[in-house]
Amino acid sequence: MITAVRKPMEEIIACVAPYDRILLVGCNECVSVCSVGGRKEVALLASALQMHFLKQGKTMDIKEITLERQCDPEYVEELVNLTDGADAILSMACGCGVQTIAGRYREKPVFPAVNTTFMGASERQGVWSERCQGCGDCVLGITGGICPIARCSKRLMNGPCGGSSNGKCEIDPNIDCAWQLIWDRLKALGLERRIEDIMEAKDWRTSRDGGPRKIVREDLAS
Amino acid sequence: MTKAFEPEIVAFCCHYCAYTAADMAGSKRLSYPANVKIIRVPCTGKVDPIHIMKALHKGADGVYVAGCLEGDCHFKTGNIRAAHRVRRVQALLEEIGWDSRRVEMITMSAGMGERFAQTAREFTEKIRELGPSPVSRAGQEAGRQAVS
Amino acid sequence: MKTESRLEKVLASGALAVTSECGPPRGVVPDKVKEKAELLRGYVDAVNVTDNQTAMVRMSSWAASILLKQIGIDPVFQMVTRDRNRLAMQADIIGAYSHGVNTMLCLSGDHPHFGDHPMAANVYDLDSVQLIQAVVKMRDEGKFQGGKDIDHPPKMFVGAAANPFADPFELRVMRLAKKVRAGVDFIQTQCIYNLDKFARWMDGVCERGLHEKVHILAGITPMKSAGMARYMKNRVPGMDVPDDIVKRMEGVPKEKQPEEGIKIAVESIERLKEMEGVHGFHIMAIEWEEKVPEIVEKAGLLPRPEI
Repeated sequence: MITAVRKPMEEIIACVAPYDRILLVGCNECVSVCSVGGRKEVALLASALQMHFLKQGKTMDIKEITLERQCDPEYVEELVNLTDGADAILSMACGCGVQTIAGRYREKPVFPAVNTTFMGASERQGVWSERCQGCGDCVLGITGGICPIARCSKRLMNGPCGGSSNGKCEIDPNIDCAWQLIWDRLKALGLERRIEDIMEAKDWRTSRDGGPRKIVREDLAS
Repeated sequence: MTKAFEPEIVAFCCHYCAYTAADMAGSKRLSYPANVKIIRVPCTGKVDPIHIMKALHKGADGVYVAGCLEGDCHFKTGNIRAAHRVRRVQALLEEIGWDSRRVEMITMSAGMGERFAQTAREFTEKIRELGPSPVSRAGQEAGRQAVS
Repeated sequence: MKTESRLEKVLASGALAVTSECGPPRGVVPDKVKEKAELLRGYVDAVNVTDNQTAMVRMSSWAASILLKQIGIDPVFQMVTRDRNRLAMQADIIGAYSHGVNTMLCLSGDHPHFGDHPMAANVYDLDSVQLIQAVVKMRDEGKFQGGKDIDHPPKMFVGAAANPFADPFELRVMRLAKKVRAGVDFIQTQCIYNLDKFARWMDGVCERGLHEKVHILAGITPMKSAGMARYMKNRVPGMDVPDDIVKRMEGVPKEKQPEEGIKIAVESIERLKEMEGVHGFHIMAIEWEEKVPEIVEKAGLLPRPEI
């Protein structure tokens, strides 16, 4: 899923301070699952903002709504009757949701309340880790199901580097060395020799380096 | 003439400890301030940050969550979770410029009637000293201005 | 001979090669590079010029390499893949070669986290193995990464690093094999303090016949003090300093410690000379370049062969 963290209140407060009526929009997808932008967090942020402004002597009108999926125009359409009553929109969705709103309601300023962080998986309750960088050419099939691009600090395709120590990355003892994980996994699969196959220089065109990407499924789009 | 400020306090009390302790305080005729409004919860682990925030937002001057002693939670770790959530709310209050002392986590066992009464007195006294919250209902009634 | 590299010729002659290292300055004064290198003249066959070492901005390694070339000292032009993409790397290789730089070392480089620009983008378009492949492809096939022909390709003698002490140990010979397969000509190893572990690694290297396909230069760094020994042991990732080395340094008075450090270095070289597959030494005296001649001399590595 796409993970995010709430922006510092100071930054959010500065964004909405010039306005009186805010439409605060959550999303029921990824950001709900990682407890940063779902219904509960929307309610919490609404209270926090109102409490802040009440202390300043200002009553901030905040309408709360959490859409099923903020990155989908179909759901974003649900805001159509609410935007008139708002001076600005504050979104708690990932950057995709914020942009879908900005694209649809062009006359309203839209601010992000969260920093979209990475595509990750849940390790355990409350802990998420980066797992994929969407490079567009998946190598997991040859790296034992562990991604060197997302999980090696240097995204080495032929690791490990000389800084792997006791299974940990040299930049942080809390980060597993991806290549140690790959090696352990290849061993478990009886594929040790594969570690000596050189992974050729990657074609980054399928990644962000080829420009913004788009998927068009003719069978669905027509 | 303005009335003296009498803080309004919400106490989320666990059914298995603090709530029972409150009962015991009552039956032992131990007095504690009427400022404290008790909300019984099945476990403090059921208390969400939004409950605490809404209580403050709607005008409570202070909120505390009273759960079981560490290791004694009927649901294993509900009280630990509650303590984390209280800390989260405290951090959020700091971020919006409120005094984080308005929120507290307290632990006790079911038999601690005296501790319940004493905690209620102490917390009430602390909030009385802090004064009305910025959106205090009691403060407005008392015609007092918000301080923090 | 694949190249005009002096280092290649020394190694081909069968003599033990000696290289050292010089970190370019964090400013524009060219004499600083030359002064450091002058200390090494006649004592080593080539001098590595580091590339934004420890992820700190310095004079670019190709520029400093050219400065050395101008005073008749052979540089080993280091290149890390951290700071530039394959366009920039190939361009710099051509540029350096056009100034007579014919020996280089392919590295991935320290993560920006360690330097004073932790906010910098971390490029890693290629890794060290892929960079070796790229340089070899330029030399042997005369082709760019994009597949087009190079008009007069650079002929680089290609080196890389190996750390026999990093984890997992069992992978270390395989990783060398991978660099050999990529076409590397010589290897400079991480500083060696744990000679027994190094010997085990070399056994693995020889067992697979890799020592016949690549020249291995054993890394030597003299310790200045017991404090440095402790620091290297505890703080430097991928460094293996056995307790007895630390104790030995601690066992002599502070003013005698530098001398002891040099003694250890010389003894290590003597033992390494006996190991099959060791074709030379890479002596990295960090900010202590003036001691390299003494080590080379005491280790019986003089005179350097005339090529």
